[in-house]
Amino acid sequence: MRIDPNKCVACGNCTYVCPMGAIYVDPVTNRSTIDRDECVECYSCYNGLSQEHLNPTLVRTLRGVLKMFRIRFDPEPDVCPTAAFQPEDLTWPRVVRRAFSDPRVPHESTGVEGRGTEEVKTNDVSGRVKVGEVGFTIEFGRPGVGVRFRDINKMTVALAGAGVEFEKKNPITTLLKDKATGEIRDDILNEKIMSAIVEIKVAIDRCEEVIRLVWRVEKEVDTVVVLGVGVRCDANGEDAIVLPVLKKLGYDPQRAKTNIGLGRITNPDAVEAQPETLNAR
Amino acid sequence: MTNTLHRQGDAESFRDDIIVFAMCARGKNDQDALPKLRKFLEMAVPFGPINLGDARHGGAIRPCKNMNPTAHWNRDRTPHLDEVVAGLDAVTTVAAVFDNMEKAKQFVKAVREADLGMSINISSSMENAEGCCEAAGIKRHSVGYSLGFEGKTGKLPNTQVLELMTMCGHGMVAGSLAKKMIDWVKEGRRTPEEAASYMTRFCSCGVFNPSRAQRILEEARHKTR
Repeated sequence: MRIDPNKCVACGNCTYVCPMGAIYVDPVTNRSTIDRDECVECYSCYNGLSQEHLNPTLVRTLRGVLKMFRIRFDPEPDVCPTAAFQPEDLTWPRVVRRAFSDPRVPHESTGVEGRGTEEVKTNDVSGRVKVGEVGFTIEFGRPGVGVRFRDINKMTVALAGAGVEFEKKNPITTLLKDKATGEIRDDILNEKIMSAIVEIKVAIDRCEEVIRLVWRVEKEVDTVVVLGVGVRCDANGEDAIVLPVLKKLGYDPQRAKTNIGLGRITNPDAVEAQPETLNAR
Repeated sequence: MTNTLHRQGDAESFRDDIIVFAMCARGKNDQDALPKLRKFLEMAVPFGPINLGDARHGGAIRPCKNMNPTAHWNRDRTPHLDEVVAGLDAVTTVAAVFDNMEKAKQFVKAVREADLGMSINISSSMENAEGCCEAAGIKRHSVGYSLGFEGKTGKLPNTQVLELMTMCGHGMVAGSLAKKMIDWVKEGRRTPEEAASYMTRFCSCGVFNPSRAQRILEEARHKTR
């Protein structure tokens, strides 16, 4: 993303809407400027700001006159008065920033927008997390902190060392140069993104071990981490196994997403999943 | 949508925040899914959601790419639910956001009866989700718990800012904007309704809850948490 200096009037509205705080008014040029190293190409500025198409010279003159009298127009805070933002053609490796930061861009590897994974949201159709398994989503960078791949790499390497299974239909998994070692490809390690999810699956009896591993590694990364834990419910719609483990570890989950099981396979060429035996536990 | 899962708050704070969303599994039920997803959105409208979302095009309150300058004094803050329905043109995740449990329960019941064949999820407190399931006579298939923020939490802002910005889990609502809106409400420069609408426009998949945001802003006017 870039800001056209010929259009920018330094109103400052965009400095507040950048989730990474990467936009500032340069005191020398008196134009809004993007710190390219901090910008994650989320397009929040371009997509989220409403745009007027006012004459920049006119706006600067009016602002200058008002400023002389120490008066400031109280405009709408979510507007770029001169439509100064201009998307750029991104090349590798910078393009990976947008893939993991602009939620409207589907990930090429999975075809899913946002962080690019279906998790247990389609578990009733995909059978991704089965009875006796627990699926983890380990998310980095949100809200509003961001993450570089080198920090995610610390987690993927540690998880690979523990012999966990990375979810195949996940964008981070597609960026591993070696699933056995968990190493992420070298050319993107310094790229900063809004957020990303490492997705793994283990047998339920390894749930505590994985959480303790995450606790250890998250101390070494320079960002925030949030864990999501996905389980298949029993025949009564209950989870009597994983939730007690989480509580034992000190968690008291307040929020969850609940797949209510109304989905089914409808594509003519899709393979039916093997039916699972469910017990009330 | 993981972007609805990790909202900051305790169960009580989600009393007016129930999101029901539909999604298809790639390669399993995505063929001919578009009319079913549109039907989901159409069905939601009569139940009075406070936002509707199409992950490709946004929610019911959107930014304007050719704004008339007079809008500074007369801004449209009406949620255009029908435009979200009409604008759906690709298979994606669609969502209906409710601030009322009874409406959410009735909608879930209707979705079950419609038998769309899509995966339907409820994102809210576990109690709210269970309440919706019970009302519709449904047993939960799977559940994904949010365990809250860890790691370098010192980089996070205060609770109210966090509650506002995490309502767009994709991170499109900047913490600095949320803080600015709290300040503007405190100063009396904007009403909570106006401030909530500004933030709503940045949520690009339409799951931001302007009703809950107004409540948080009104609370923040008096007390910082």
